[in-house]
Amino acid sequence: MNLVLISLILLLGFSSYYFGRKKATIIQSSQRLTALPKFYGYYLAIWCAAPALIIFSLWSVFEPTIVKNFILADYLDQNLTKNELQLIYTKVKALALGTYTGDINNFLDNSAGKYIQIKNMANNAKIVIVLAALILSLSYAYQSIKKNNRMREPVEIFLKWVLFTASLAAVLVTIGIVFSLLFEAIRFFQSVRIFDFIFGTHWYPAKTFVRDGQPDPELMKDAFGAVPLFAGTFFIAFIAMCVAIPVGLLSGIYLAEYATRKVRKYAKPIIEILAGIPTVVYGFFAALTVGPFVKEIGNSLGLEVSSESALAAGAVMGVMIIPFISSLSDDVISAVPQNLRDGSYAMGATKSETIKKVIFPAALPGIVGSILLAVSRAVGETMIVVMASGLAANLTANPLESTSTITAQIVVILIGDQQFGDPKTQAAFALGISLFVVTLFLNVIALTVVKKYREKYE
Amino acid sequence: MNEAKRKLLNKRYRAEANFKLFGQIAIGLALLFLAVFMYKIFSKGYTAFQKTWIVTEVHYDKELMLIETDNPSLEDLENADYYDIAYKAMTRLDPSLPEEDDRQLIQMVAFTYEQEVKNHLLKNPSLLGKIAPIRLTASDDLDQVHKGNYPRDIPEEDRRVNDYQLKIYDMLNERGDILSKFNLSFFTNPDSREAELAGIASSFMGTVFSILVCLAFSFPIAVLAAIYLEEFAPKNKFTDFIEVNINNLAAVPSIVFGLLGLGVLLAVFNLPRSTPLVGGITLSLMTLPTIIIAARASLKAVPPSIREAALAMGASNMQTTMHHTVPLSMPGTLSGTIIGLAQALGETAPLILIGMVAFVNTIPGTPVDPAASLPVQIYIWSESAERGFVEKVSACIMVLLGFLILMNLAAQIIRHKFERKWN
Repeated sequence: MNLVLISLILLLGFSSYYFGRKKATIIQSSQRLTALPKFYGYYLAIWCAAPALIIFSLWSVFEPTIVKNFILADYLDQNLTKNELQLIYTKVKALALGTYTGDINNFLDNSAGKYIQIKNMANNAKIVIVLAALILSLSYAYQSIKKNNRMREPVEIFLKWVLFTASLAAVLVTIGIVFSLLFEAIRFFQSVRIFDFIFGTHWYPAKTFVRDGQPDPELMKDAFGAVPLFAGTFFIAFIAMCVAIPVGLLSGIYLAEYATRKVRKYAKPIIEILAGIPTVVYGFFAALTVGPFVKEIGNSLGLEVSSESALAAGAVMGVMIIPFISSLSDDVISAVPQNLRDGSYAMGATKSETIKKVIFPAALPGIVGSILLAVSRAVGETMIVVMASGLAANLTANPLESTSTITAQIVVILIGDQQFGDPKTQAAFALGISLFVVTLFLNVIALTVVKKYREKYE
Repeated sequence: MNEAKRKLLNKRYRAEANFKLFGQIAIGLALLFLAVFMYKIFSKGYTAFQKTWIVTEVHYDKELMLIETDNPSLEDLENADYYDIAYKAMTRLDPSLPEEDDRQLIQMVAFTYEQEVKNHLLKNPSLLGKIAPIRLTASDDLDQVHKGNYPRDIPEEDRRVNDYQLKIYDMLNERGDILSKFNLSFFTNPDSREAELAGIASSFMGTVFSILVCLAFSFPIAVLAAIYLEEFAPKNKFTDFIEVNINNLAAVPSIVFGLLGLGVLLAVFNLPRSTPLVGGITLSLMTLPTIIIAARASLKAVPPSIREAALAMGASNMQTTMHHTVPLSMPGTLSGTIIGLAQALGETAPLILIGMVAFVNTIPGTPVDPAASLPVQIYIWSESAERGFVEKVSACIMVLLGFLILMNLAAQIIRHKFERKWN
């Protein structure tokens, strides 16, 4: 139904382009126009489709809420809670659609009848109103096509608004992220104290699972302590950086300062392949090859190694991050002005001395920025940890044991069917917002540092 | 030059050589990681492109099939009973086996063997009443034995293939009745709990639909936004705010977008769970900043002289942008879009959160059917304990990497072939 209406509006919009252009061409045959005929077509098409589409989408957004209020008005005198009302409404809807299975009482039946009636009425009203708006605006636009109307300006202003609206999309996404996370997280902190979440050292959400009814608040208090997850996240990120910083930084320096043009041309894109491999592939590699390898080495040294060790996950994550550091530090080092190098060479310094004493300090802010970006990447990495480093949240500093991270726990909690309103599900959103805040913090610092650095040398 | 100075100089030269060596080692290590990685995946995965069959004979006995008419139509064949003849086809491999042990033979082929016999007859109806050879899909354990991936020397009770089955396998192998051919069903079958039947068709279609939805949502919005920000936006606080927003959005972890998809698309807008539609929209939110950044860079690369020339000819700002700047920037924008889509193609975590991890054994026909995607399929299979899935995962990775390589190549070609160089 909606699809038909939209296609009808679009079809009318397209055809009105030709009407507008035709009318303009007829005027043009006798008099001079102030804009190209096609702008008259665009003008008519915009007036035809835009108001109708706007009314249509507004209607579609608000209709469900209004219908719901109409239906639930009958139940208001029964003193029901919000959840019970929601349940009744779901039942009424299912009954009206014929998908309901369960007891049917008279009240529900009446409501379902009413629902169908209101829905039909709303549908008819929508079609009438949208088409009326379309005809009104179209006829207004059609009669305003005259020879001396400036048609290009309104069309271009409209286009500019379209462009502006599109650029708001990024802001909308950010707002969407913040609000969807906050909404659930706030509900989570109504049942679990924020203090217990941030400073609790015991993470075991499965404990709160209670069939039917509310979980015991005493259990809740002890089940959602996120310290092991924060610690695990930064621990694995730290292991990853131990691999990525030396290799990445040295390759970046080599590529920028020593490599011949030909080596650079091939080596750089090949190293960047490492960043293009999907993380789930790294996860598989870590779980199947690196994990057992680490375990074997550890066992031969007489160490107790879990087959899902933080070391394996961290090391593989480090390999994934190498190209971020090498490419960014390569760019940063190449941006250091040549005269700093020349000055150092003129004083008799060797190439490596120049790099260590002159170029590296000069490029340090940029390198720090690139490392911070890489850390934020490691903190947000999910699949490698899920697949290679276990799911039990141990509070440990032993790289040979398994640990879990914020991201891995989000996946563990939300895989399969989720129930909104369950503290476990809400806990995932609380973890999500802490992850978002941490990475945002790292990114903002990194981007500011890099920007300051660029300004210094440009 | 005295001795001390020479020593110092030598030390400095050595340090120089060492430093250079460290750089080379670092590059070498990075390349080594890549090589080991590729070798491991390919050496594990290439066998999945071969499929093992057991050849046996089947007697299409009308009586056992409960066909009563003399000239059965295709419909009769469709409704006939195949259980007995398929069962007999397997037991005839070793007639000496006592009846109560028949399961051991049946376990050597995939559980769909009855269906396979049926399909074979439906394709060749003239075989009815005759005895004809047929090839049946071997079970995944036997398949692994045949490919040499399964150790035969461990104690029998730890093995999923027992001594008797190995004996039959060896006999068949000697007779040449074990076939190994290209595994077409890996590409045409949907997912399955049985490794020998599992294929990537369902997840492949899921990926294609998600990427198309992602493209349809992200490309137009991103290009329009980039045009506004680069060509029309006034320099003020609000524009700065939008820019900062885009840059930060590009660095938000992908799993957060999954939470957004779950909390908004599924919970508020009530879109269908587990579908490529929701997956594609979630991915498009993630790809949006990447494409905006690429499109802005390539708009910026169009020299101002183009704009000035158009303006001097009397074109309006909008005409200059739409007729000249945007078309000239398209190659850069397109290659950026493809790279953004390639990133989205490999994403797993957000898709898991919106439920695309469900077991789907049908091939989705539209973006609103439940589906998995290739990376999620890798995750699902790698969580499975069965040995047969290991090579499947590697093969699936090879397919995924193949796609990524193709997309990146396309981006390179577009960039090099169509982009104008301005000097």
